[in-house]
Amino acid sequence: MSGAALTPQLSSLDALESEAIHIMRELAAERERPVLLFSGGKDSIVLLRLAEKAFRPGRFPFPVMHVDTGHNFPEVTAYRDRRAAELGERLIVASVQDSIDAGRIADVHGPRSSRNQLQTVTLLDAIAEHRFDACIGGARRDEERSRAKERIFSLRDDFGGWDPRSQRPELWDLYNARVRPGEHLRVFPISNWTELDVWQYVEREGLELPSIYFAHERSVFERDGMLYADDPIIERLPGEEPFTTSVRYRTVGDMTCTGAVRSTAATITDVVAEIASSRITERGETRADDRASEAAMEDRKREGYF
Amino acid sequence: MSDLLRLATCGSVDDGKSTLLGRLLHDTRQIADDQLEHVRDVSARRGGELDLALLTDGLRAEREQGITIDVAYRSFVTERRRFILADCPGHEQYTRNMVTGASTADAAVLLIDARYGVVSQTRRHLAIAALLRVPHVVVAVNKMDLVAWSQERFDEIVADVRVLADGLGVADAACIPLSALEGDNVVTKSAAAPWYTGPALVPYLEELPLDGLDDTGPVRFPVQLIIRPDGEAGGGRRYAGRIERGTLRTGDAVVALPSGREAVVEAIEILDEQLEVAGPSLSVNVVLDREIDIARGDLLVRRGEEPNVRRELEATLCWMSDRHLKPGQRLLLKAGARTTRAVVDEVRERLDLESLQPVAAPDGLALNDLGRVRLRVADAVPADTYAECRATGAFVLIDDATNDTVAAGMIA
Repeated sequence: MSGAALTPQLSSLDALESEAIHIMRELAAERERPVLLFSGGKDSIVLLRLAEKAFRPGRFPFPVMHVDTGHNFPEVTAYRDRRAAELGERLIVASVQDSIDAGRIADVHGPRSSRNQLQTVTLLDAIAEHRFDACIGGARRDEERSRAKERIFSLRDDFGGWDPRSQRPELWDLYNARVRPGEHLRVFPISNWTELDVWQYVEREGLELPSIYFAHERSVFERDGMLYADDPIIERLPGEEPFTTSVRYRTVGDMTCTGAVRSTAATITDVVAEIASSRITERGETRADDRASEAAMEDRKREGYF
Repeated sequence: MSDLLRLATCGSVDDGKSTLLGRLLHDTRQIADDQLEHVRDVSARRGGELDLALLTDGLRAEREQGITIDVAYRSFVTERRRFILADCPGHEQYTRNMVTGASTADAAVLLIDARYGVVSQTRRHLAIAALLRVPHVVVAVNKMDLVAWSQERFDEIVADVRVLADGLGVADAACIPLSALEGDNVVTKSAAAPWYTGPALVPYLEELPLDGLDDTGPVRFPVQLIIRPDGEAGGGRRYAGRIERGTLRTGDAVVALPSGREAVVEAIEILDEQLEVAGPSLSVNVVLDREIDIARGDLLVRRGEEPNVRRELEATLCWMSDRHLKPGQRLLLKAGARTTRAVVDEVRERLDLESLQPVAAPDGLALNDLGRVRLRVADAVPADTYAECRATGAFVLIDDATNDTVAAGMIA
């Protein structure tokens, strides 16, 4: 130990917070047209808090954007609009429905269809339209295997694709934010956080979350071992009977690919306790999109998915 | 609230590294049921035994070829401490990967196979840990079950490690006898080696002091950006950045470099929180008592603690590009929040990783070479040596034709 410490040892949350603020500031200083992707989910809610700590009392040096599939939970889109208004920052909603109406993509139909994959086209179109050169996202390395190897400043080519085999080495805290025209960066300030870190941070900072993160009575039906919302958006198969039970959501994505978990955790403290003792990962438990194949996430990222 | 230790693990599959990582994650209960289920599924489909390497090898190419391509980062937490682990593959591109993993590490765990002892890979790994100044090195002497937990064998290895570490100037290189396969001395102490009186690996890592940050040295505050408050009520300008070294206090007289203009720290803040003191690695806003001309990349230091401002740098490089580094090459140098043009005037020597001796470098530096160079920069850099402070003595070189990061640099 280097003598008596003059300053108290940073807690792990303080260290993670400080790293994330540093990352956001580096990006804001080095790229002209960044955007922060905000879904109304807990990870992007944490990003907004970190942006406040990085840039207040100034304005955010970027707008906030949501890629809306049109199949999002109404509680979450309402939260999204309210939070952006509270912060007084510009919110862009890039709509998958608009992409469908414009003939950019074909809608999908049937009981197992999801617009989740369609988001990629809408996202890449929005990046091109607004000439964004960097997207800040709330992805974490603990979420999924291929994410564990992704850089904090991750380069995307002209097609929005990720090439895991030719990533720039990332040394110390010296990030390379350079891009050529047409390329852009995806930047992940909370790369090193876990789900539990996120919840503990939400608790510590007293952040408000959309209500669906907490236990509530909901009409659901079971499919492939997951509980889906009983909603006209999702066509049920024969034998899939809805029932009402106490659930909450661990992740918040498109309604068609995000499952609920049985839970009675009604407060943040309950949720932190529940996650600390959980034996299943959040994406494994609640995300149908990751179950498609061994390398489902990697394949989608190569195509430009977030 | 627990603290955070950044760890780099170095070694190859043959040393049992994947098994050790699997053990670490499994025995500290970090592997969720669905992840383990997935590994079981994939292992079974390939007709093999449970392959814990699948937990860390996430990319399609890695799974198809049974190799590890790149540094993987994962988190685990024990009752005592939160860990971020950078897993550096031992085979291909080992130097580039290990330098990357070691650059942020508070501690490096090097794996040795007890049957073979110190081999050339061990020498390379220890040399890189020494060069990158990783504060603590832990040598995990694995596969002790295959040498019948022989104390004599372990003592031989400890002696070899000691000689090597002393030669490289690594002060702290503890050796721990273990068997990752059996889980002996990984999380809990094993009865298999009653002669070993030290702790198991995880308890050892939980107790390591976090002394990589220099909170007593001169203050170094690179300004990342200037914040102009929105509206009248917001007050004056804020200088946003992270304290990289030393401890800053309100009331400190500071100098902005390179301009040399002086001011006094009026406030240190994180959003609405006001701090009297702020130490290393904390991201803050600094308010000064007067508005002086400061731009991104400038350095705030305490008066009387000004670093040398250099136009010529002696540095050790780890070269990371397929294209050789030749004298005369022009590159961009990024140090802290400052990026400037640089030219490599001379490649003085290359480190031979077998003999660990410097040798002549008539062909410049090739991919994965470590070497000593002399650089000239367009804008003078206020810089410490890497030995004085890792955070302020490091830089990267970027090729502005390709935008690739081509070297890690440490100021000598």
